[in-house]
Amino acid sequence: MAIAGAILSRLIKAAITLLAIAILNFFLVHAAPGDPATVLAGEAGAADEQMIADLRARFGLDQPLYVQLARYVGNIVTLDLGYSFRQGQPVLDLILDRLPATLILTLSAFWISLLAGVALGVAASARVGKFTDTLITGTALLFYATPLYWAALMAVLVFSVQLGWLPGFGYETVGSGYSGFERALDILKHLILPALTLGLFFMAVYMRMTRASMLEVAQQDFVKTARAKGLMPSLIRRRHILRNALLPVVTLAGLQAGQLVGGAVLTETVFAWPGIGRLMFESLAARDYNTILGVFLVSAAMVIVFNILTDLVYRLIDPRIGHKA
Amino acid sequence: MTLWKRFITNRGALLGLAILIAVILVALLAPVLYPRGPWAMVQRPFLVPFTTDGLPLGTDTLGRDVLAGLVYGARVSLLVGLVSTVMALLIGVPLGALAGFYGKWVDEGAMRFTEFFQTIPNFALAIVLVAILEPTLTSITIAIAIVSWPPVARLVRAEVMSVTKREYVDAARLAGLSNMHILIRQVLPNTVSPIIVMASLMVATAILLESSLSFLGLGDPNIMSWGFQIGAARTVIRSAWWLSFFPGVAIVLTVLALNLIGEGLNDALNPHLARKGRS
Amino acid sequence: MSVISISDLSIALPRGADREFAVQDCSYDIAAGEILCVVGESGSGKSMTANAVMGLLPEGVSVAKGKAEFGGKDILTVSEAEQRALRGDRIAMIFQEPMTALNPLMRIGDQIAEVFEAHNRHRPAERREKALALIREVQLPDPEKIIRAYPFQLSGGQRQRAMIAMALALEPELLIADEPTTALDVTTQAQILKLILDLREKRGMAVMFITHDFGVVAEIADRVIVMRYGEIVERGNATEVLENPQHDYTKRLLAAIPSGLVGQSTEVAKAPALEIRNLEKTYKTGGGLFRERRDVRAIDNVSLTISRGEVLGLVGESGSGKSTLGRAVVRLVAPDAGEVIVGGTDLAALSDSELRAARHKVQMVFQDPYASLNPRHRVMRALTDGPIAKGVPKDKARARARELMETVGLGADAVDRFPHEFSGGQRQRIGIARALAMDPELIIADEAVSALDVSIQAQVLDLLRDLRTRFDLSILFITHDLRVAAQLCDRIAVMQKGKLVEIGPVSEVFLNPQHSYTQALLAAVPGGGWGQAAE
Repeated sequence: MAIAGAILSRLIKAAITLLAIAILNFFLVHAAPGDPATVLAGEAGAADEQMIADLRARFGLDQPLYVQLARYVGNIVTLDLGYSFRQGQPVLDLILDRLPATLILTLSAFWISLLAGVALGVAASARVGKFTDTLITGTALLFYATPLYWAALMAVLVFSVQLGWLPGFGYETVGSGYSGFERALDILKHLILPALTLGLFFMAVYMRMTRASMLEVAQQDFVKTARAKGLMPSLIRRRHILRNALLPVVTLAGLQAGQLVGGAVLTETVFAWPGIGRLMFESLAARDYNTILGVFLVSAAMVIVFNILTDLVYRLIDPRIGHKA
Repeated sequence: MTLWKRFITNRGALLGLAILIAVILVALLAPVLYPRGPWAMVQRPFLVPFTTDGLPLGTDTLGRDVLAGLVYGARVSLLVGLVSTVMALLIGVPLGALAGFYGKWVDEGAMRFTEFFQTIPNFALAIVLVAILEPTLTSITIAIAIVSWPPVARLVRAEVMSVTKREYVDAARLAGLSNMHILIRQVLPNTVSPIIVMASLMVATAILLESSLSFLGLGDPNIMSWGFQIGAARTVIRSAWWLSFFPGVAIVLTVLALNLIGEGLNDALNPHLARKGRS
Repeated sequence: MSVISISDLSIALPRGADREFAVQDCSYDIAAGEILCVVGESGSGKSMTANAVMGLLPEGVSVAKGKAEFGGKDILTVSEAEQRALRGDRIAMIFQEPMTALNPLMRIGDQIAEVFEAHNRHRPAERREKALALIREVQLPDPEKIIRAYPFQLSGGQRQRAMIAMALALEPELLIADEPTTALDVTTQAQILKLILDLREKRGMAVMFITHDFGVVAEIADRVIVMRYGEIVERGNATEVLENPQHDYTKRLLAAIPSGLVGQSTEVAKAPALEIRNLEKTYKTGGGLFRERRDVRAIDNVSLTISRGEVLGLVGESGSGKSTLGRAVVRLVAPDAGEVIVGGTDLAALSDSELRAARHKVQMVFQDPYASLNPRHRVMRALTDGPIAKGVPKDKARARARELMETVGLGADAVDRFPHEFSGGQRQRIGIARALAMDPELIIADEAVSALDVSIQAQVLDLLRDLRTRFDLSILFITHDLRVAAQLCDRIAVMQKGKLVEIGPVSEVFLNPQHSYTQALLAAVPGGGWGQAAE
């Protein structure tokens, strides 16, 4: 009952947030140099006079601002994200077409970074001040300072160009005619480098948080209680320290989701991964603002969904949330 | 002075400081070192590094000196990093301070606003802002500031809330001091340490953001930057690795230096916590 | 036959600590069925021996020499695995902070059953039954529900019972209790002490009971050890030590304890310093779209008067609303309704700016000596900020600050120092000086001596008593400690769940309490014995 209420309240909040982003988009379009119709049609003569006239009518540019806003938001609520004149397709279709690839990439990167980050953080905290700790913390510091796209380029250079171990380009081998399991394996091979390089930075983030959190929880009274019971140190670490130490990591993971989706723009650009990030990059060069704003809105929606999921996970781990009445 | 003493006993922080000073010097001396600027074509394109005198890092796709680009790039990175951080602090500190100090609906409103900005994928927002406002140094800096302030607001709010609960703040109220006086003179000075630490880490993040925008072609077209160098060389990575390699190293070193300094400051400002973390 | 026998134990502190040994040349035995109280102030090293016996010494602290014989072995030198086998099985321990001593993410039943798991006893299914039996034994209500509850759903006293259940799980021969009742309210404390006494009776285990409170000693101890700076300064039977202490330190400690003696009320003028009329404050929590709203009446229609030159003690347990009342008087908490009249003005009715101008009339002395002074400001600034804001010329305010530091016994030169250069007791003196600097008509002391060791507490109480006669102060003295209240106050007001249940002259309230709650409260004070009124 409490959970249902929480989900409902989160959904309402999510809807408000998306609405606010739509309004933000609207004002951004108006802030851009030139009138919104030309902006949305894209420059460089992509649109002819007729199109621009149609757009003006559609946006009601002769109407007062609030009417324009209402129309714009109305369109978005009905999932009409506009039309990409560059690509000759509705923006929504373009995005839905590319969304699966981005989901695969970001979710893989998320799990890799979270699992590896937590594992390394636990390992480092168990050997605080020793060589292993210094090595892990140092490496994390380095990853933390490395631009995503540069890590991606260097990975391509080493593992794809020099060693030839893994493909450094695309989503699957074009024209291979693979299907079923073979195709999945092929996609997996293509996925490894992008997912790893996208995950590196976040792995460093989770590792640092896990380590700090483990050390902090280890000082708490209930750990002393556990020791006083005569429990094995390994069990104390797993059952008492780790579970409590994971709480801030889960919170952080929720907050970092937005960064992950943003980072996908860079990774997909480097690896020519056919997701919405790559779509955004292509639209930048083409000044296809309608598509850019659409991708922006959809990625925000992804982050919101992700936040709701982490919120639910948090509720599952921490009994204190939701019981409070 | 003990703060400085604690700071310099931290070898990592000292190394970071040395690197940062070197980068600052290079940035300041750029016009002296390369009076012709970073755009001048000095030799034939694709010269391999360490093969030509005077061009230790080789030339790029148009025959420009890679090292000259690096030297000028340092200016942009540092400038954007610093200015956008200051701007983010100017937004985040007052907002967080008011939210934490006044609580209730002020807090509710300010935090909803902050949460909204935190939900938006911040790199995507930066892209949209720069793309729509046209890429210039100003728009890039503003965009980075706009996506960077929410964590500041949250941190300052939490700190102010915790300090405001201290009894000396109650005592100040009972002394008849005004709210603003209490907030500015009694509360905020006690929240400075974590803000300083966060600011140094934010400069690092801002440099990463700037380079990422430039990499995507959203840099100021008139200014040479590290991200632009890498972005321009992306398509020739198979034949001319050095064009992307060296600017990347420059970014990693600078960002690493700032992170090391931030951690050093953190340890020096919170000696108690630092000790706990190590022992 | 002694269960444990400690001989010549010394425990070394890490380098750079304020002394070399936490505990030095410490020897004592505890027999089966015996309760030994180890008494001392903070920093006396009283908990260190227990930690050593448990093998739970903090990092950097180590046994330098000595033995602790238990079951025919020196348990300080056995392997870590052997120590672990003893812990929770033959030696068990309970701690001071029930709020943090339980894992917040595990059900109570699982945490109790974990003791069996650690020592490989019983099948998993049986463990639950055993846990249930233990929960019954420590008299937790509704055992079937408690076993599935999480710690946050239990009160402090219930958590401490759960801790005791864990400790008893494998019928230990030695139970170590490290200040187990310090964090609890006095009535809860009395129940827990009774539970420990009962269990000792039933199980015949040895108990090492660590405490700073001689009242608790009087209730529970068979034998007593008094520690100071890591050394045992006195030992003996409980009655011997309490009634006829030999060592100076013990004598001073016992003298410092507010005794059961109840002071006489001083005659006071009729002019009121403070009048509270029908004050109300309700805290509302929740009330969101999907959350149930909960109202807590922290102040429920309270009226009382404090005369000029009078000390009124406001007592009650945590959650009684006594602190909220104090804060509502100075409007650090905004009351919902009612009047707070000080010197003819109703503080509760003033606008924000009027209030600021009138605030000097009532000043507070706070509980936490470490949070009540701004760490970045010198004492001078702490003492002059208020007077200057009130319009006192700078020179005058500064001169007054020096004078006040003399008055509270710290010396005029101390004004140029920072708070961190002072001890806890000294900081409380600065806090008192800061309140006096505003020339208030009323001082509210909110648990002003609760955070201090008993000997320091006595000094600060002496200072308050002295100031009160010198300056004819009116004080609202808020405390949970009835013994302290009995010492200082002229009249006592008792609060329970936001209501004022009893108010009267100190001797009446203590010797002839009318309300059943007051009676229960007084009966629960360890070592109470409010037999006599002082002359």
